[in-house]
Amino acid sequence: MIPELGHFSLILALGLSVALAVLPALGVYRRDALLMQTGPSIATGLFVLLAFSFGCLMYSFIQDDFSVAYVANNSNSALPLQYKISAVWGAHEGSFLLWTLIASGWTLAVAAFSRGLTFDMKARVLSVLGLLCAGFASFLLFTSNPFDRNLPFHPADGGDLNPLLQDFGLIVHPPMLYMGYVGFAVPFALAIATLTTGRLDAAWARWSRPWTNAAWAFLTVGITLGSWWAYYELGWGGWWFWDAVENASFMPWLMGIALIHSLAASEKRGVFKSWTVLLAISTFSLSLLGAFLVRSGVLTSVHAFAVDPTRGIFILMFLVLVIGGSLTLYAWKASGIKSEAQFEWNSREAMLLINNLLLVVATASVLLGTLYPLLYEVITDGKKISVGPPYFNRVFVPIVCLLFIAMAVSPFSRWRRTSGDVLLRQHWPFLLATPVIICLVTYVVATGIDVIAIGVETLAVWILVLLARHWWQAGSISSASQLGMMLAHAGIAVAILGVIVTITYSEGRDVRMNPGESIALAGYDITFEGVQKVRGPNYLADQAEFNVTRDGEFVAKLRPEKRVYSVGQNVMTEADMDPGLMRDVYVALGEKVGDTAWAVRVHVKPFVRWIWLGGLLVALGGFVTLLDKRYRRVRELVSNNVVGTAA
Amino acid sequence: MKFGRMKSHRRNRLLIIVFIVCAAAGATTFALFALNENINLFYSPEQIVKGEAPVGKTIRAGGMVLDGSVIRSEEGLGVSFVVSDLKSAQVKVEFEGILPDMFREGQGVIALGQLTDKGVFVAEEVLAKHDENYMPPEVADALKDVNQPSANTLNKANYN
Repeated sequence: MIPELGHFSLILALGLSVALAVLPALGVYRRDALLMQTGPSIATGLFVLLAFSFGCLMYSFIQDDFSVAYVANNSNSALPLQYKISAVWGAHEGSFLLWTLIASGWTLAVAAFSRGLTFDMKARVLSVLGLLCAGFASFLLFTSNPFDRNLPFHPADGGDLNPLLQDFGLIVHPPMLYMGYVGFAVPFALAIATLTTGRLDAAWARWSRPWTNAAWAFLTVGITLGSWWAYYELGWGGWWFWDAVENASFMPWLMGIALIHSLAASEKRGVFKSWTVLLAISTFSLSLLGAFLVRSGVLTSVHAFAVDPTRGIFILMFLVLVIGGSLTLYAWKASGIKSEAQFEWNSREAMLLINNLLLVVATASVLLGTLYPLLYEVITDGKKISVGPPYFNRVFVPIVCLLFIAMAVSPFSRWRRTSGDVLLRQHWPFLLATPVIICLVTYVVATGIDVIAIGVETLAVWILVLLARHWWQAGSISSASQLGMMLAHAGIAVAILGVIVTITYSEGRDVRMNPGESIALAGYDITFEGVQKVRGPNYLADQAEFNVTRDGEFVAKLRPEKRVYSVGQNVMTEADMDPGLMRDVYVALGEKVGDTAWAVRVHVKPFVRWIWLGGLLVALGGFVTLLDKRYRRVRELVSNNVVGTAA
Repeated sequence: MKFGRMKSHRRNRLLIIVFIVCAAAGATTFALFALNENINLFYSPEQIVKGEAPVGKTIRAGGMVLDGSVIRSEEGLGVSFVVSDLKSAQVKVEFEGILPDMFREGQGVIALGQLTDKGVFVAEEVLAKHDENYMPPEVADALKDVNQPSANTLNKANYN
């Protein structure tokens, strides 16, 4: 009964989203104020229906209703409660229901928090969002209904959730990621709505900025959590693999950075307007492309869901419609858009242009590497290739290094033009001092000197020092936007430090160990004490015990496990680590390779936590910008129709 | 005055376009070079047995791990196994390290590594999927003509 209610409310939601797509737009067309105002109430209804539908699916999971096929495939009566709840989005159907729910949530947020938008704009934006929701909801209903029944012969117990997903990571990673992916629909809808009016003004950029920042901050959290999850759960100590699906989330993230910066220039100085619109369209298109790559099964990936060609074709058609439609509209309308202002080559505008170019090229290089296996297969008639991490490292890293240099300097440039002083006279001591300091530190920390590592470390420290000095000189930070920017930039610098130090100075080995044996690694002595059997709620495990010491002093006891889950007989590795700000000691248990011997992987990874701390700092920066009073004040101005080109 | 500004505006625009074109061309060339050096072709056991796969070049090979073929060395972490297409072709794979959790006899795997002139595949990395029903598309293709459930039907069964 409950699943049928959920299914029914999903059908109603599809109807409402079609109404949301049509009615306000019709109101704009007929200049009918009443129709134009229907948007917010329809959006509320849509969200309530989808939330109810989602609740029904969750109820079915909690009640172990294995007559629902999706529940039977992804849950089990022995599954702990928190994983029954997160299993709702543990596979394709449910995760797309979450996606659609989040899309309707953003739509509702736009309806609720956009008092500053004109009647006309609000109607147009909600219509575009309604259209997207209709697309998502019909995809759910027609190709991936999570409420399909297994009647009359339903299994007595479920097939269990993939053990890899029985983890805190699954509870938080997908919702955050989807908040980001789908959130980019809002700047997209704003761009499309503005294109249809033919007027791109500073107000449009100002409306878009907080939404873009929010979506991007969520995506940052999602990617950071994903990397952390990979590190302790499936990565054997790795934290980024250039996997097709990681790239799928990384591309809209990179494009989102370009969009955020370009919006700033469009708002403050009225430049790059048509370019910014194009970025808003591309960012959301890359989000959709990500969905296509994950859900169509065209690429080999750890994340790939089960392959069903009809789903792939449906998303592909949706993708073509959205991208094709918006680009056609762009080509038709954007030629009329003129940038008003000019700028010098040493101005902040020019810096932002460089930022945008580098980010777009970086995104393109990732896109090329991700889609190349597909292209190759088509061109060569079925020959299969994979593109390895060396490609991405060779191409992506140099571009990003250039980007960091621009990032160190640009926050101190001025709009229109920057005098030479500001850049050179104020910064030369740091330019000179930081490499010297870093060389000394590196010489002390490690015996060997790695030139690239020193270069990148210098850059990161340089960025941090300049930010700190700026903070200190300014006395107090003038706005939340500025504080957010500084936090985000500092976060990037922290993450870069983490990445480069981890890559350069990590030590790791795969060894065969008998109980009692020990291994020395990076100053630590790691002793294998033995293995015992442990029983978990739905698994049996071999739990090993390792004693970690440094110079004879006790550091930690680590207990990595090798689990066998009872339902699917799936084997899972649970690594254990002694985390620390300066280093992680990481031990993972491989297989039993002899009578008493086990394969063991040990790592000492300096600064690895900085990668995720940096990521979280970046996201925090994104969220802080939302507190900027300017966005609220501008809303009042706009509603009085007095907004001009004032910056 | 006005005329002068127009000129500098146009010059600016031209410079921007030239800059973008050069940067794009440079980046594309660089990316394609890097791509060419870092793609790894997939070869089925049949192709390797027939001698179609290059020796000493990093490639990917895959198939089903033959039952009873996994042999571990007494010392260290060396292991060898045979991948086959379940027809006649069999290739011996040698690997030093920790095998993935889902590695099992009778399971589809993909190995990244190099073929030696003796016809043994020395793997740097062995991939098996984290989902018991998932079959790497490459392996599914290599097994296509054999009377085995394909990746698609397996997954359909999972989701029916």
